[in-house]
Amino acid sequence: MRLIEQIRMAFRSLFRRGQSSTQLDDEIRYHLDRQIAENISAGMSPEAARTTALRQFGNPALLRDQTRATWNWTWLESLLRDLRYGTRTLIRTPGFAAIAILIIALGIGSNVALFSIVRGVLLSPLPFTHPQQLYSIYESNAHNEGMARFLPVAGGVFTEWQKAAQGSAEMAAISPFQNYNVSSEAGRLPERVDAGWCSWNLFSMLGVVPQFGRTFSEAEDRPGSEATVILSATFWHRRYNSDPAIVGKRIWLDAKPYTVIGVLPSSFVYSGAFGGNNIQVWAPLRHEESSIMLTTFEMHDMLVIARLHNGISLSALLDRLGVVQTQIHNAHPHAHDAVSGRTLLDDSVHDYKTPLYVLLAATGCVLLIACMNVASLLIARAASRRKDLAIRSALGGGWARLLRERIIESLLLSIAGGSCGLLLAYASIQWLVHTRTDMNRIEAIHIDGVVALFALGIILLCGFSAGLVSTLSSSRKNLLGSLHDSSRSQTAGSSRATLRKSLLVLEVALTVVLLAGAGLLIKSYARLQTKDLGVPVENVLTMRISLPEVRYKTPEQQVAFLDRLISQVRALPGISAGLVSTAPGEGWGGDHLMSIAEHPPLAKGQGLDFMIRGADPGYFSAAQIPLMRGRIFREDERLKRANVALVSDSAARQFFPGEDPIGKHIRDQFDNTQVEVIGVVGDTRWSISEPSQPMLYWPIYGNNYTGATIFLRAPRNVDSIAMPVQKILSALDPDLPVSDVMTLREAINKSTVDSQFDSLLILAFAAIALVLAAAGLYGVLTYLVTQRTSELGIRIALGARRQQLLRTVLFDGIRPALLGLFVGLVGSAAAVRLIRSMLYQTEPLDPAVFASVAALLLAVATLACLLPAWRASRLDPIQALRTE
Amino acid sequence: MGKPSDLVQGTLDLLILKTLLLDPLHGWAIAKRIQQLSGEVLQVQQGSLYPALHRLEQQGWIKAKWAESETGRQAKFYSLTAAGRAQLERETANWYRLSAAINLIVSEA
Repeated sequence: MRLIEQIRMAFRSLFRRGQSSTQLDDEIRYHLDRQIAENISAGMSPEAARTTALRQFGNPALLRDQTRATWNWTWLESLLRDLRYGTRTLIRTPGFAAIAILIIALGIGSNVALFSIVRGVLLSPLPFTHPQQLYSIYESNAHNEGMARFLPVAGGVFTEWQKAAQGSAEMAAISPFQNYNVSSEAGRLPERVDAGWCSWNLFSMLGVVPQFGRTFSEAEDRPGSEATVILSATFWHRRYNSDPAIVGKRIWLDAKPYTVIGVLPSSFVYSGAFGGNNIQVWAPLRHEESSIMLTTFEMHDMLVIARLHNGISLSALLDRLGVVQTQIHNAHPHAHDAVSGRTLLDDSVHDYKTPLYVLLAATGCVLLIACMNVASLLIARAASRRKDLAIRSALGGGWARLLRERIIESLLLSIAGGSCGLLLAYASIQWLVHTRTDMNRIEAIHIDGVVALFALGIILLCGFSAGLVSTLSSSRKNLLGSLHDSSRSQTAGSSRATLRKSLLVLEVALTVVLLAGAGLLIKSYARLQTKDLGVPVENVLTMRISLPEVRYKTPEQQVAFLDRLISQVRALPGISAGLVSTAPGEGWGGDHLMSIAEHPPLAKGQGLDFMIRGADPGYFSAAQIPLMRGRIFREDERLKRANVALVSDSAARQFFPGEDPIGKHIRDQFDNTQVEVIGVVGDTRWSISEPSQPMLYWPIYGNNYTGATIFLRAPRNVDSIAMPVQKILSALDPDLPVSDVMTLREAINKSTVDSQFDSLLILAFAAIALVLAAAGLYGVLTYLVTQRTSELGIRIALGARRQQLLRTVLFDGIRPALLGLFVGLVGSAAAVRLIRSMLYQTEPLDPAVFASVAALLLAVATLACLLPAWRASRLDPIQALRTE
Repeated sequence: MGKPSDLVQGTLDLLILKTLLLDPLHGWAIAKRIQQLSGEVLQVQQGSLYPALHRLEQQGWIKAKWAESETGRQAKFYSLTAAGRAQLERETANWYRLSAAINLIVSEA
């Protein structure tokens, strides 16, 4: 009852404030009139009656105010008043407001964007049921330090693990490195798509429900059963126009019929550490994979995901699997001997963790700098309004009230800046999502409620801290001093500048850290870009084809097709062309453990690790890989006579020290085939960022290659030969799709996109920081010069040399920059250790980078200080002395 | 003339509530009534009633209504709410306890 009454009153005093006000006036007037009437009837003259009534009542104006103060929402009223006042003062100085808002927008925008990315990619749970129970399990080596800790799993190993994990975990295997040629159908072109093979239980284990149809059954995950396939949402949308009737229909993959049994939801993206976020179709693993791969313990092309049962920990599972792995290793010495695992989330975002946190730290620095800059601007403003404030304080303006005003002003700035920043963040996230489709979990990035809260949080933090810092600079104590300053004091306000100078030192230090980080990353990126792949990269075009085994059944058919293709391509004018299983920079491409027949037998389980490439005789001249000794393959060394090999220079030096490899025989430890070395060629790199590995080439005609990269080199304008080559291909086989058509330069750019992205972003942040710091220096020095105008004037009048003045003022500004530079260099030396893993062939403490950072900073600082210093030295002494 | 604080702290609220117990009154009448009932001893500054009245109204102890007064002009009449009655009882009890305690001390001397 009372509550309703209170709410009614609260409502009334909020929305009918005007009416309540007039009613209060009426009420008081009524009271006075009654009292006057009574006084008159008591015999007073009207005049006396009036004054008596007023005396009895008290001061009506004051009492009215006191009464109003009892109403609800008084705080809101005064807040609105302050807001109005704050907005007015900001509008009066649009230049200041615009600069401050821009600075804050940059700071808050970059932070909000990075926060949403970090949250979406690194922190938000995977879109599966109970994702915290999901782990990726890998094989690993207990003793071999050089190899990675997380290695793919062999088919036979997976089967053993699955048995051993009964009761403690459910396990599924994925082979994400597959692809299919999709045949042309009803007007749709043939194309080549990335594919994944998975054990039948993968989707049910993850908790992924298809939007149409169903997932695989156990019976379909067997050799010889009917071929089935599940489509990804993007593929279904793109190729089948989102037609639900595709479920139950047949499509042709590698010229074999498959029944489509389901379509995955668009929320499902597989993103493991080994890629696979572009998988378009899924097929059952045991149906597709060869029986060798399913039972081998030595060839690794599967990734394993486990869902732990309740109460089982990862280490318990790893212990259990470790026992099995040791047994496998004892029976099969080439198998790995240990097991490792990590959460599925960690597995998919591991590569992005360091860069993203480094970027987040960088944006944090930018925000700090922005905050300090705005605080510094506010201090300068407070200084110019000092007298106004002092007078208001002297007239009884409460300190708290003045503080509130100041904070509201800086909050207004940071809210306006933050809103612009949010727009900025939204735009940059949209841009990122569209440009970095290669990044795992990019689809999980959204601006949601938590991000909005985060944005609100930093807006408030920024506003309060900037406001508070600027208020601290004008404490109540020197109020009297401010009023005295108006008389001719020649050394005014030095204390205020001290605070701004220490802010500047911090600002410059943070800028130096950012610059150093950016410098290192850019140097590393440049190293990557100019890295020699082992072949000249300009004017090279590569494209991949793969022959469906159904149509090209025998090795003879495959070789005949490749031979016909390459001789027709070579007939194109001005072009040199070759076939290779995997071109330089195109990826790992496979390795085998080998031994040398002429050498003493190796210990059990040991082998020489060669990267294996198939190539045709023309490849070496097309790629311009130099022949160092011996000869290249002959045209007739194919099929049955393909038992010859070329080794790379590093293989010759590493595996044949002090002897001639030509004439030696290399034996494949896996199937005991033997090849004779006939020549030595130059080294090439499989990845731009990795050192070259010992490599072995054997003829692509006859070592079971069903796919190849066509390597084309033209004297100029290599893009223009893509069309004629594709015409030749479609004339030979219209169903054969061509994929990955790109120049070698494009391929390199693609593989260095991470490095480019990180270094450019950090550079952008560093540039922003540098501009802000320069603006800060300029602002502080200009302020100091204004403060000292009359002092400088007197000096000039007394005969000080202008050169001397210029130097004094300049040094005054450079001093905090020098101090900041020193602090920043020390800080960077500590901070760059964090980005060590992102650097390629660049030392974290690279002296050249640090020196150029110091030089750049000093140059910018000098430039920023020069103008105010020059102005100070040009002062007209008469003018200067006249200014108060 | 004394300020409201010259009265014992919080007594003005009690006086207002008590005055309104019988029938609704406007501000001037409340002032008059307090003056009369106290035998002209309590000289409340009339205007200081209004902050108190508005505070009590905001708190929901009393409510107000505009009505025609005995002179024919519109005036704001205050009356007790149910919650106000309960509050009056509490404040009265408080007052008795307090004045009894003060009495004890004063008569002791």
